[in-house]
Amino acid sequence: MTSTDQQPQPLFPHRHLLGIEGLSQSDIVALLDLADSYVTQNRQVDKKSAVLRGRTQINLFFEASTRTQSSFELAGKRLGADVMNMSVSSSSVKKGETLIDTAVTLNAMHPDLIIIRHQDSGAVELLAQKVGCSVINAGDGSHEHPTQALLDALTIRRRKGRIEGLLVAICGDVLHSRVARSNILLLNALGARVRVIAPPTLLPVGIERFGVEVSHDMMTGLEGCDIVMMLRLQLERMTGSYAPSQREYFHYYGLDYAKLAAAKPDALVMHPGPMNRGVEIDSTVADDINRSLIREQVEMGVAVRMAVLDALSRNLPNEAAS
Amino acid sequence: MSAAIFKNARLFDPASGYDAEGCLVTRDGIIEAIGPEINEKDFPEDAEIIDCKGQLLCPGLIDMRVFTGEPGTEHRETLATASHAAAAGGVTTLIVMPNTDPVIDEVALVDYIERRARDTAIVNVHPMAALTKNLDGEEMTEIGLLSEAGAVAFTDGTKSVANSLLMRRAMSYAAHFDALIVQHAEDPTLSRGMMNESELASRLGLAGIPAVAETIMIERDLSLLELTGGRYHVSQISCAASVEIIARAKKKGLKVTCGVSAAHLQLNENDVGPYRTFFKLSPPLRREEDRRALVAGLADGTIDVIVSGHDPQDPEVKRRPFAEATFGAIGLETLLPVALSLYHSGDVPLERLLSALTSAPADLLGLKTGRLAPGLPADLVLINLGSPWVLDATELKSISKNTPFEDRRFQGRASQTFVGGKSVFTRA
Repeated sequence: MTSTDQQPQPLFPHRHLLGIEGLSQSDIVALLDLADSYVTQNRQVDKKSAVLRGRTQINLFFEASTRTQSSFELAGKRLGADVMNMSVSSSSVKKGETLIDTAVTLNAMHPDLIIIRHQDSGAVELLAQKVGCSVINAGDGSHEHPTQALLDALTIRRRKGRIEGLLVAICGDVLHSRVARSNILLLNALGARVRVIAPPTLLPVGIERFGVEVSHDMMTGLEGCDIVMMLRLQLERMTGSYAPSQREYFHYYGLDYAKLAAAKPDALVMHPGPMNRGVEIDSTVADDINRSLIREQVEMGVAVRMAVLDALSRNLPNEAAS
Repeated sequence: MSAAIFKNARLFDPASGYDAEGCLVTRDGIIEAIGPEINEKDFPEDAEIIDCKGQLLCPGLIDMRVFTGEPGTEHRETLATASHAAAAGGVTTLIVMPNTDPVIDEVALVDYIERRARDTAIVNVHPMAALTKNLDGEEMTEIGLLSEAGAVAFTDGTKSVANSLLMRRAMSYAAHFDALIVQHAEDPTLSRGMMNESELASRLGLAGIPAVAETIMIERDLSLLELTGGRYHVSQISCAASVEIIARAKKKGLKVTCGVSAAHLQLNENDVGPYRTFFKLSPPLRREEDRRALVAGLADGTIDVIVSGHDPQDPEVKRRPFAEATFGAIGLETLLPVALSLYHSGDVPLERLLSALTSAPADLLGLKTGRLAPGLPADLVLINLGSPWVLDATELKSISKNTPFEDRRFQGRASQTFVGGKSVFTRA
């Protein structure tokens, strides 16, 4: 039990969590500190608390997701909220109308927290303007995925003891990756050095102005890295449009022990999942308990999402009544 | 016989540079005389007297790029509602684009537009016809017959003619009729994004449209134009590189002209800000350096005309995530105010601005209007140059309210508009 007995503190002065952009270093640190306490709670037999008792949480996913949705669901339930999952088909032609109509309909049911994933950049922000509750971005297009960046930061901080001064490599499809964008913003805010490594076709225009070092070669790019963060590459992008073939992509950009050897000897490997084994990451590297943090990331995911739900719920208007 | 005398006017004819205090006399909708020496006592007592109170009297504006929803999507805009918006903006001649349903690619449809305009619109309306059948980019339309029917130019509107072979043949064929080909210059494969390709687009996670999408198409067309001869016009350019390319081609002696939209003269990509879909335009708003180059290109005459690019879109297709929202913004009522802002800022002389809105499009399209000259129709606008005002979208005449200029401060606008001598708009 963390905060139910205390006077709620304004630890996170934002109504929504739409992205890492706009958060201060102290906002981020406050969330990570709170998440640490939830890691402890989640390892106990009794994992439940009553922080969100009486609250309604809706998980609104316009894009299929197993791990993020279940992570948010578990986080809400462990905090005592009533959680409803909604998966909206994205095949509907008039997605936009469905989007705003759905938001207005859900809003009329008086939810306290809505967690949204949508395939279009900016869609979550658009929805946040239409509802009266707190909104958490669970991934919008190629824009942001803030809870992923927070859980990555928590994972790194717990294993390395710090984030400031570390050199983090982000490798693969940076162009389409909301995980990469949120991570670059967060790691920069906490004082890490970030290096992106990808073929030129998978890097966005102006990436060098994001406060990152840019490399197109894994062997030289991984030199001196403390953390190697791999990104998922959708298979259809590897068959001629962005890279010539899976075989060539893995040869130059897939993470195996030979390439990992270029990083620091104690470098750790991360991946937001789901992985394409043998495409962007070699199976044995992914499963190496001494080098891979991939399973730990999933555990931290639940804790971070509990922290975000808790922090936002403290700012909800009817706090006094609960 | 009816006569009207516009007295106490600042007579301003951008084509000739004439700028003097005086009177303008019209008879039966035609300009009869202009000058400081005209004395109202010389005219019959029944002549209508319009006191201009020192305001600027100049030829009515000609807007070369207007989309309406007629026929097909009248809930967005009709010829009638567009003409009311035009009149309120000081625009006396509208050139409507063929991107309707059905597409204006047949003589009968050109005729339809002209008849509907005659019966319902309060300003002059002329259609541009499609350059290719159904805007498919595969077969050219009946350029000769459509010209005779009244099509003032040929364009696929919002679509770029990507097929090089077809473009070559269309240019070659159109040259014989001296028909003007108007291109929306955007390579279709490079322009699949949502906004200008830049750091900002990357941060927003939006696919970008690089400036080369535009320059590649213009340079290809200019190479073809060298082969075929004829007249070629780029409907709207958006970047600094295009200004340079057009300037070079003009120097070479090619018959190339180009336009720019008022929005691109006033706004840049940063206005898109947090996914504001009313700023989603085609071509996209580009960098501030590009905007400044466009203003400079207008000032030095590289850019020939200013257009509104008026494209009414209803809320259902604009209030969407940025990627799913349609392109386009309305602009008929902000065309003149935006142009005047460049005069007030000292960037472009008034004469140059107004000629790009009157005589230049008239000359390109062969229209007998756009000048203060005896014998021409009395298509006139009275402009209050100095009055400050704030744009309230609910007051706009267009059915659709997708303006990127909501709440913007302007100085100067039309106070009264005349088409063929008849007052079609008076500001309250």
